Amino acid sequence: MSDRRTICVNINGKAYEREVETRLHLADFIRHECLLTGTHVGCEHGVCGACTILLDGKTARSCLMLAVQADGKEILTVEGIAPNETELHPLQQAFQDNHGLQCGFCTPGMLTTLLEFLDENPDPTEREVREAISGNLCRCTGYQGIVAAALDAAKRLQAGT
Amino acid sequence: MKPPPFTFHDPRSIDEAVGLLAEKDNAKILAGGQSLMPMLNMRFVLPDDVIDINNIDDLTYIRDDGDALVFGGMIRQHEIESSDLVAQKIPLMREAILQVGHRQTRNRGTFGGSLSHLDPSAELPSVSMAQDATITVRKRGGARDIAMADLPMGYMTPSFELDEMVTDIRVPLWPDGHGYAFVEFARRHGDYAITSSAVLLDVSDGGKITRASVTVGGVGPSPLRVTAVEDGLLGETGSAELFTEIAEKCRDIDAMEDVYAPAWYRQHLAAVLTRRGLAKAFSRASNGTEINLK
Ligand code: FES
Ligand code: FES
Repeated sequence: MSDRRTICVNINGKAYEREVETRLHLADFIRHECLLTGTHVGCEHGVCGACTILLDGKTARSCLMLAVQADGKEILTVEGIAPNETELHPLQQAFQDNHGLQCGFCTPGMLTTLLEFLDENPDPTEREVREAISGNLCRCTGYQGIVAAALDAAKRLQAGT
Repeated sequence: MKPPPFTFHDPRSIDEAVGLLAEKDNAKILAGGQSLMPMLNMRFVLPDDVIDINNIDDLTYIRDDGDALVFGGMIRQHEIESSDLVAQKIPLMREAILQVGHRQTRNRGTFGGSLSHLDPSAELPSVSMAQDATITVRKRGGARDIAMADLPMGYMTPSFELDEMVTDIRVPLWPDGHGYAFVEFARRHGDYAITSSAVLLDVSDGGKITRASVTVGGVGPSPLRVTAVEDGLLGETGSAELFTEIAEKCRDIDAMEDVYAPAWYRQHLAAVLTRRGLAKAFSRASNGTEINLK
């Protein structure tokens, strides 16, 4: 007998109403129920950061929340970062230009984490960037390109481009 | 993996939450979820009922009581981090909180959750031990206070009962101008520390240490006050020599051993970090002087 509830979660400006098992974690809800597979699941125990989303504007690891806890809340996932279908957000553009990704598995978590970080620290030092992404694991890039992208993005965002 | 099946409850009041705790005999409280959720995902815990206390507004406050700051059990680590009151009155906590996990986990993780989980190297239990905090736990029909010194019963085991939950944490303040330092060693920023040292010092006009609190985390099964170091500091004038010599007493602590670090290494770190912590705290105390360790 499974415990189920109907929830309504706003993701990237769109309401998703679903009946779910209460034990479903939020990352699986986003991926399997809402079919937004940009949010990645690397470890399911809060270590890799790939599942990071913004919940009511604040980063959270979506594998460490139950979907039912997001009922009535607003979520931003990687799919919602770009302003439209054809343009990239300056942070995304900086990732592309600075080789901030290889396989792209960690990228959704890096982007969401850095969105919140750059919003609060518009002019960070390299050390601060490294600290900000210390909870996000990347197995490809060696972080160099990601750090360069973040610093470049900070400049672009400040210049308003 | 995925969480095991359970029945989910999301009470709106403390009474409702402790009522559920009293009725269900295999229930778990879900606070920030930064420890319980991984444990559920890995099926280290198999509760029949999960009681989510995220919707109880009464548990999310920071109150200034004059001689103490009082925190609701559900206050999030990030709220502690961004509180001016905390930065001003409990600078040790402010310094420690920046070393707790990552921004993503501090946005969710809570003070009460950290004390209930009681990881031996977690920062907030160490700070609570250093500041002689009192923890209020409630159950149906009653509440009681537990001194932080009496909270740990053993490795990751708090002394409250299964039908009790942490509702408030009272953290007594040290006088203005006291010295403080929270230093830890972790392999990666934001990881659980292998070992940490939390130091508080009161220093008189003449530079003499009149009160000392030294707590090491990650060495024993729970944060430990090192009374041998504290006693040795009283009445002394701070100096690099004194701190170097006295911190060596940390090597006598009965230390844990696991796959991450042998006992001697934790004892060594405890001594080194305590020496640095003492120097930093003394330098910061308004009656202290700058101490440079060699
Ligand atoms: S999948 Fe959530 S932190 Fe790794
Ligand atoms: S780009 Fe492959 S994990 Fe980061």
